[in-house]
Amino acid sequence: MAKANPAAGWAYATPTALFVLVFFVLPILLVGRMSVSDWGLFAGNRGWNAPENFTDALENRLFWPAVWFTVKYTVVTTVILLGLALGLALLVQESSRWTSFLRTSFLVPSALGLASASLLFYALYSPQASPFPGQISFLGTPWSALWSTVALIVWRFAGFYMLLLLVGLHSIPGDVYEAARLDGASRGQTFRHVTLPLLRPSLALCTILCVTGSLLAFDQFYILTKGGPDNSTVTIVQLVYNVAFQGQNNLGRAAALSIVVLAALLIVNVLQFRGLRGKES
Amino acid sequence: MSIRRAVAVTMIACLLTSAAACGGDDDDASGGGGEITAEGTDDGSELTLWTRAPLELQAKALVDAYNKTHKNQVKLTVTPNDDYVAKVGAAAGSGGLPDLFAADIVYVPNWTKAGLFDDLSERIELLPYADKINQGHLTAGTFEDKRYVLPFVLDLSVIFYNKKLYREAGLDPEKGPSTIDEFKDQALAIQQLGKKDTYGTYFGGNCGGCNVFTWFPMVWAGGQEVMNPEGTQSLLDGTAAQQVYRTWRELQDAGAIAPGAKDETGATWVAGFQEGKVGVMPYPATLLSTAAKTVDVGVVPIPGVDGGASTFVGGDGIGISKDSKHSEQAWNFLSWLSSEAAQVDVIAATGSTVSRTDLADNKYSQKDPRVAVVNRVASLPQSKTPVSVNFQQAFNAPGSPWMTLVRNQVYGEAGSLAQDNTALTDALAQ
Repeated sequence: MAKANPAAGWAYATPTALFVLVFFVLPILLVGRMSVSDWGLFAGNRGWNAPENFTDALENRLFWPAVWFTVKYTVVTTVILLGLALGLALLVQESSRWTSFLRTSFLVPSALGLASASLLFYALYSPQASPFPGQISFLGTPWSALWSTVALIVWRFAGFYMLLLLVGLHSIPGDVYEAARLDGASRGQTFRHVTLPLLRPSLALCTILCVTGSLLAFDQFYILTKGGPDNSTVTIVQLVYNVAFQGQNNLGRAAALSIVVLAALLIVNVLQFRGLRGKES
Repeated sequence: MSIRRAVAVTMIACLLTSAAACGGDDDDASGGGGEITAEGTDDGSELTLWTRAPLELQAKALVDAYNKTHKNQVKLTVTPNDDYVAKVGAAAGSGGLPDLFAADIVYVPNWTKAGLFDDLSERIELLPYADKINQGHLTAGTFEDKRYVLPFVLDLSVIFYNKKLYREAGLDPEKGPSTIDEFKDQALAIQQLGKKDTYGTYFGGNCGGCNVFTWFPMVWAGGQEVMNPEGTQSLLDGTAAQQVYRTWRELQDAGAIAPGAKDETGATWVAGFQEGKVGVMPYPATLLSTAAKTVDVGVVPIPGVDGGASTFVGGDGIGISKDSKHSEQAWNFLSWLSSEAAQVDVIAATGSTVSRTDLADNKYSQKDPRVAVVNRVASLPQSKTPVSVNFQQAFNAPGSPWMTLVRNQVYGEAGSLAQDNTALTDALAQ
């Protein structure tokens, strides 16, 4: 076994390696190359432009507002989404009679693509088509635009995270709860000292998924707010898109921005893994 | 280890060579044999044509008419407005542009500078009516004294007003506003009817392109400019411009602008008038036939502060792409496009504005005096197409400096005009 044919091993790994190469490594290399080049959308590659792309990208008047908004949005979404998903998971687990009905109804929004869901909410929010009475401006102020989008995301993803947490809840053995009950633990104590610690791997997974997803938010804002009103809801990925296709048409600068985002994302994820692993041991 | 390094080196080498092959543009597209003629070649080739969704009606009518009468066959692709620039950009990078493609006329200077179009100077000169073709579009399509673009579809801004509401408000239904103040007074009069769901006027409060299209003419009509001739400096802090901002702010304060304007990104800015809910507003002339189905529409040119008249000569220009292998055949389409057959029997028949001054008076405009008004204003000297390489970034892009300026002037701190105008100039001058 130990001396298996190395060629066979390579052959088994080749399909995956090819996929990774074509759809991940090559695009990243291309973006890396763009990020150091003066690369216009229409003009193509016009040679080296290395530190300038990055300095120009960071000096963009919308860069720091976009970073700040993205972080704010990520924190708000993650806290609300995970809290709600945990509540739903506990609810579904507790109630026996309505379980399958509840589970299905929470999960149905997840079957809808994010872009379609955004369009649906766009119609709900637009003054022309909104079923809500009166003239409520859902997307008119920075505050309402943020919360209207958060509402969409919570509606769309709560069921998905509920499912992940439900799997985690089911994997907690019943005898642990029994032991807690025999020791006279209250419901609150059981939740705090049994459920939460044993649910940590699932919560960690959900946090990482949710944080990464929110930091890369694009579709929902592109469709609902286009970054408005007054550039108050421009996320960092939207900024990349705007630099590339909406005005500056500068792929080099957009690629530089993408590289910065990629680096930040790597750091955030390394920190998250560290933190969550540290707690576990 | 060495294998991995070798793979990496090979990969990078591949990348560099492939990109180099991409970068090496060949310029012999136009030298496809044969001499240059006014009509081009009609030999049964298949041509591709791209345009954006707002012009679908006119583009379809034109392509159908051409395909019926020619051996060449044009295949039309229509792309949603917001995705069009990205699509053209991707195709330009990979050498995959169609034979013919239209471009929002305000983006044309940027695209000609980037070399997306073939030089048409010699061919345009062969057209017997070359000097009658809309000057605004031709100028926008000229880069370093070479002409790259012909008008595809003209879209002009004019004032539309609802005659039925005018009668109810005691206004003369045959007389639209002839100064900005009259525009304001008439909008206020409609508002004072106090009818449910009926408002004086409307505008795209979060739509840069809409306000470029409708407010620039109010400045031009009095002889003032919005930019310097090079398109690198904003003059939108001038006296006429300030009067325009003030007018809209007063209308806003009086509650005479239909709700939703502040969030209006342009997707539905024409809808309210078509539903009969808006009294008077600057509007795209191409929608005359659509609006006239539901509303008794009156049309007058957009006035300035002290009268006068002007329009934004917008719409799309069209050219032959740098990647076309059928340059002669594509020219056959363009040559036909500017002929009387296409301009009168197709363009004018769909209710759009012809792009030749000598055809402005045609059988369709004689039938409808409103069309005649539109055609007449198109050839006025104050009617313009603004030319600037960075137009999209400065004006049309979501969250552009122009949008900031407009929103501050109508809704926010009106005192920030000088500062906002400087930001606009910075974007233009890049």
